[in-house]
Amino acid sequence: MADPARPSPWRRFLDRPNTDAAKTIGIAFLVALSAGVAVSTTAVSLRPLIAANVLAEREARMNAMLAGLPGIGALLAEVGAGAVEPMIVDLSTGLPATAFDLDSFDQAAIAADPATSTPLSRAEDLAGIGRRENFARTFEVRRDGRLALLVLPVYGSGYQSIIRAYLALEPDLATVAAFTVYEQGETPGLGARIAEPGWQAQWPGKIVASNGEILIEIVPEGATGPNEVDGVSGASVTGYALTDILHFWLGPMGYGPYLDALRKEHS
Amino acid sequence: MLPALRALSDPLLDRNPVTVHVLGICSALAVTTSVSTALTLSIALTLVLGIAAGIISLIRRHIPSSIRIIVQITIIASLVIVADQILQAFAYEMSQHLSVFVSLIATNCIVLGRTEAFALHNPPRASMLDGLGNGAGYSLVLLIVASIRELFGAGTLLGTQILPLIAEGGWYQPMRLMLLAPSAFIILGLLIWLVRSLRPIQREAREFAPIASPRPVQP
Repeated sequence: MADPARPSPWRRFLDRPNTDAAKTIGIAFLVALSAGVAVSTTAVSLRPLIAANVLAEREARMNAMLAGLPGIGALLAEVGAGAVEPMIVDLSTGLPATAFDLDSFDQAAIAADPATSTPLSRAEDLAGIGRRENFARTFEVRRDGRLALLVLPVYGSGYQSIIRAYLALEPDLATVAAFTVYEQGETPGLGARIAEPGWQAQWPGKIVASNGEILIEIVPEGATGPNEVDGVSGASVTGYALTDILHFWLGPMGYGPYLDALRKEHS
Repeated sequence: MLPALRALSDPLLDRNPVTVHVLGICSALAVTTSVSTALTLSIALTLVLGIAAGIISLIRRHIPSSIRIIVQITIIASLVIVADQILQAFAYEMSQHLSVFVSLIATNCIVLGRTEAFALHNPPRASMLDGLGNGAGYSLVLLIVASIRELFGAGTLLGTQILPLIAEGGWYQPMRLMLLAPSAFIILGLLIWLVRSLRPIQREAREFAPIASPRPVQP
C-alpha cells in the first residue's frame, strides 16, 4: 500500500480521466449512495418529531372543530375536555371493544397487521385502502349520558394522497355537524382546498343518509338539496374520492354496524 | 474591497440573480404574500445553495462532464429534502404554509445556475461565498416584495398590525390585489425598472430593432 509506485485502488480510481466509463459509473454510484444515506438518516432521525407535530396538528384541528360547533363548544367549556370520550369500536360487530388500552391504541399498526385487519375486495374497497382495521377509535360527546355528538375519523385515497378527516354527526346520526380534513397531500391550490375552513363551512346541516341509504355526494358544481356538497373547481377527482371515502366508512364495511348499534341504543 | 466581501455583496445589487438575470421568479411570486414565509424560504434557499456549492466545488475535478447536471441535481435535491424535513420537524406550521415551495427549491434556476456556472470551476471557499451571496441577493428581493405585499395587502408586517384596518375600526382599506400573484409580477417589474434606471449598466441591448416603416405614416 505504501509503495509509491503502486498507488491505492481509490487513488487509481480518482486518477482515471473523467471521460472514463468506469469512473462515470463509479462517481454516479457514489453520489447516489451518499445522497441516499444523507436523506434517509435525516428522515429516520426526524421522524418522531414530525409524527409528534402531525399528531398535535390533528388534535388541534379536532379541538377547533368541536369548539366551533354550536352547543358543543359551550358543553365542552362547561364539563371540560372530559366530555369527549374516545371509544375503541369493533367494526365488525359495532360494539365497543374492551381489550385495548386507550392510550397505547395504535390504529395504524392494527390496520397493517393481517391478524387484526380485513382484506377488502375491489368492489368493497371504495376508499382505496386495501385492508380495513377491525378496530377503530371514535369519539363520542355525551351530555347526561345521551349522545350529543359523534366524531368519526375517516380516511382513504384521494387524487394523489391519503386524505384523513373527521366527520362529526348530530345525535340523529344523519345530520353533519362538521367535517374537517386534518391530513392530505392533494394538489396545492386545487384539491388541497378541501382543508380550508371556507370549503368545510358548507358541510354543517347536510344529510349523509336517510332510511339506511347513504346519499351524501360531492358534486362538481351546483349543489342542490341537503345531500349534495359543492366540490372544489379543478379538483373533481378529489371530490369523487371523498364521496367514496364517506360512502365506504358510513357503509357496512365501515362504521355501519356501529351506527346501527348506536341507533338501537337510542330507540 | 476584499474579494470575499465582493463575492457576498455583488449579488445583492450589481449581479442580483432576480433583478439582473430574472431567475427564480416562480417562488418569488408564490411565497411573498407574507414576510414570514418569504424569510423562511429565503433562509432555506440560501443555506441549500451555499452548501450545495461547497459540496459540488469539493468534488468538481471528479465530476464527469457527461453526467454533471444529474450529479448536481442529485446533491441539490437531497439537500432540499433534508431542509424540508428539518422544517417539518421544527417549524411544522410554517412548512404547511410553504407547502410545495420548499421542495421546489430544487428546481429553482438560481441554485443550478450558480453551481453550474461558478461552483464547477472554482475552489470551495469562493463557491460557498458565491452561493451565500446569491442566496442573499434572492432573499433581499423576496423580502422587499413580501414587505410591500404584506403591508398593503393585509396591513401587517411579520404579523404585527401596522396599518389599522377598517374592518377593525381603523382607516386602512386593504388592497386584495396585493395578496394575489399578479401583484408580485407588478412589484417585481417596477423593482427591476427602478434598479435599471439607477444602474444604467444593467440595461440589456435590444435584441432586434423595430422594422422601420418604408414610408412615413400619414397622421
